Amino acid sequence: MSTSSDTLSTAPPAVALEGITKRFPGVVANHDIRITVAPGTVHAIVGENGAGKSTLMKILYGMQRPDEGTIRVNGRQVSFKTPSDAIAAGIGMVHQHFMLADNLTVLENIVLGAEPKKAGRLDTGAARARIRQLAEAHGLRVDPDRLVEDLGVGERQRVEILKVLYRGARILILDEPTAVLVPQEVEELFDNLRELKAEGLTVIFISHKLDEVLDIADAITVIRRGTTVASVLPRDVTSRELAELMVGSELPTPETRESTVTDRVVLDVRGLRVTEGDRVVLDDVSFPVHAGEVVGVAGVEGNGQTELIEAIMGLHPLAAGAIELGGEDITAWSTRRRRESGIAYIPEDRHREGLLLEASLWENRVLGHQTRPPARAGIWINRAAARKDTERIVRAYDVRTPGVDTLALALSGGNQQKLIVGREMSGDPKALIAAHPTRGVDVGAQAAIWDHLRDARASGLAVLLISADLDELIGLSDTLYVIYRGRFVARLDPGRVTPEKLGGYMTGAIAEDQA
Amino acid sequence: MKIAGLQRAGLTALGAVAAVLFAFAVSSIAIVAAGASPITALQAMFDFGDVTNAVVNNITTILNRATPLFIAGLAVAIGFRMNLFNIGVEGQYRIAALVAAFVGGQLALPAPLHLTVIIVVAMVAGGLYALIPALLKVYRGVNEVIATIMLNFIAISMAAYLVRGPFAGEREEGVLTTSTPPIPESGMFPNVNWLFTMFGLPAPRGAGLWGFLIVAAVVGVVIWVVLERTRFGFEVKASGLNGTAALASGVNPRTMIISAMVLSGAVAGLIGLPEILGRTGSYGTSFTPGLGFLGIAVALLGRNKPGGIALAALLFGFLDRATTPLQFADIPPSVVSIIQGAIVLMVVIANEVTRRFALRQEERRAAGHASAPAPAGASA
Repeated sequence: MSTSSDTLSTAPPAVALEGITKRFPGVVANHDIRITVAPGTVHAIVGENGAGKSTLMKILYGMQRPDEGTIRVNGRQVSFKTPSDAIAAGIGMVHQHFMLADNLTVLENIVLGAEPKKAGRLDTGAARARIRQLAEAHGLRVDPDRLVEDLGVGERQRVEILKVLYRGARILILDEPTAVLVPQEVEELFDNLRELKAEGLTVIFISHKLDEVLDIADAITVIRRGTTVASVLPRDVTSRELAELMVGSELPTPETRESTVTDRVVLDVRGLRVTEGDRVVLDDVSFPVHAGEVVGVAGVEGNGQTELIEAIMGLHPLAAGAIELGGEDITAWSTRRRRESGIAYIPEDRHREGLLLEASLWENRVLGHQTRPPARAGIWINRAAARKDTERIVRAYDVRTPGVDTLALALSGGNQQKLIVGREMSGDPKALIAAHPTRGVDVGAQAAIWDHLRDARASGLAVLLISADLDELIGLSDTLYVIYRGRFVARLDPGRVTPEKLGGYMTGAIAEDQA
Repeated sequence: MKIAGLQRAGLTALGAVAAVLFAFAVSSIAIVAAGASPITALQAMFDFGDVTNAVVNNITTILNRATPLFIAGLAVAIGFRMNLFNIGVEGQYRIAALVAAFVGGQLALPAPLHLTVIIVVAMVAGGLYALIPALLKVYRGVNEVIATIMLNFIAISMAAYLVRGPFAGEREEGVLTTSTPPIPESGMFPNVNWLFTMFGLPAPRGAGLWGFLIVAAVVGVVIWVVLERTRFGFEVKASGLNGTAALASGVNPRTMIISAMVLSGAVAGLIGLPEILGRTGSYGTSFTPGLGFLGIAVALLGRNKPGGIALAALLFGFLDRATTPLQFADIPPSVVSIIQGAIVLMVVIANEVTRRFALRQEERRAAGHASAPAPAGASA
């Protein structure tokens, strides 16, 4: 559609965001965001996970208030205190995770909270008529009387969209709507979206799947590290250029890349195969990690990285393959034994796997080290030693906290992460599995964590680095693999690789191992 | 350096006191509705009698009631600490008490050994009965709440059958209740009336102050040490706070579920012993029921911490004793049940309120530090 720029000049933009900034303690989630969405278009917002898309959408939907900046809807400046305000202004949100009651019918779900009443009772007739009319007008096929639990994913999504339309929304926000759909369903969804657009509705489409974005969007805004870096039209860009914009094309300042790689293999992964039910999620993955080497794994999220980490940590059983640590076969070892033998682990989700949020910092220092000194003394936990060592970490890693008895949840994301990094570097680890070590932390903490990783590498640690941040991968890795659909599809030299080439492998555009 | 921890503890205590006061306010409404005066009720509850003898007897009643409740609270709390809801304490303690009483009645051993055997048998029986739901959960994914509730029914009925049938002792002429064969004197726990007499107070009447009080106190200290100071206790806490993180940190959830459940059951096995070894000498049809369920309330009230559980048990003992004087004051004794229920409810609310408040305060404190120029944690 090339009419978008014409519409722009005649009608006020459906949504205009000016200089939106949102800070959380220690982190700037959004910074000077500028987006103009023309009415009657599909506008895509793309960016890596953690780039700040979801915060932005929460602001637009009234779930969070910006610290700075203005929001205009149809030319009128608005200030949303709650999602109800956003709904009143005609904005509706279709969440990535459906919010439907399984044991109610489609009709009941749609009217829930906005029930038409007749004499104090639900006016099913009126509701059904309205839903049918909406469904027909927008080509959203659903049977209002079926139970939601009997519906497929695609149908559920249509119910969610109808729910939003039923409340009178003219501007729809779709948060990663294709994440849960199979290709045919994606096609159907896109047909629906085109119909909505034809009816004059505006769709804001959040995604990191670039081909889909190019397929459906009339305009694209790219977000990187919390700020809008480009607004482009799909006909002007290729998928690869978009990827470049998303992950940042400028290479990090060249580090003095003295190689510290030795020929001693610390962690050896051979022929790893992991299945989830009938699905093979990881297949034939083999690689060595040497002492003093950082092995990076690049890939679009969901291509087997999580399973790879869990397999190495002993959290997920193997279908085939072997893992060796320092020449010893650890394939059958428990997680505890692996940790005790010197595998450190920075998990990808620190709140889920890395911390006891409602416990003190020193107790978090003990976590994962409860069987080793200084935390352990026989059957006892050595509290004094654990406290003292936590104080060491707080100092060495610049964890900003009132003290080691503070609860972990009180710290900002960056400080929590520094604590985890400090903890995992304790006790002389041989190998470190670092998953997204700087995700969601502010720039200062990021630089500090990178420095610590480099120091550890220099002192002979074997590091497996999994990350979505290409700058981080290229800047830190000695060897770089690309994972795609559960397989290592390329082994690259990070010193020479370009982000475009990396993006090509990551999205499957370059299929064969040519490196 | 430990100010943060102290502050949190203080806040918790404050919340509990507020909850108790609120509960009394709510109960006053019930008392007024029942046509009595809350003031009279309160006076009756605190009226321990005019003579020293009566006061001593009343305090004994409270302590004798609080002792099994304290143990029950501990048993429940061990599971609660790792989000394991052992509702089966009720069944575990009945089976354990029955088996221990029966075994005790069959033996003739020197006193210390006889007692030890009874206690060990009770703990083993309770632990084994708790092992069933643990294994079901670990290997078959059966929710422990369902499993333990069902096992309670089985335990209660089985105990009722056994005490009338295979485990029944001889019934004396004219006695309507049945019980296990009496435990000989060597198996009984001597009373601890000296706790009164050493202060020049008269000894309480009847069976006196049950000696098992001492065992309960020791168990309380041991459980506290285990939960707060050992590696096992740390892993229990970690599993309760964040199961995924515990798993990733090398804590085996299966081992934890089984060991916590069995420990909980073993402690539950002791609940019936104060009464049996202190007074009745046997498990009979008139054995005190419901202590396991009350233990849930006591553990909740005490916030799963041994110190708090002791206070909660004393409070419940105090309220239970008040039943009789309330009747004398023409106030329906069911008021006590209302107060107990109200307290538990209020405490649950207060816990949540103080928890959120404490978390917010903590966040604010830390946020202040994040912007401060130097990491002051270094000086801590």
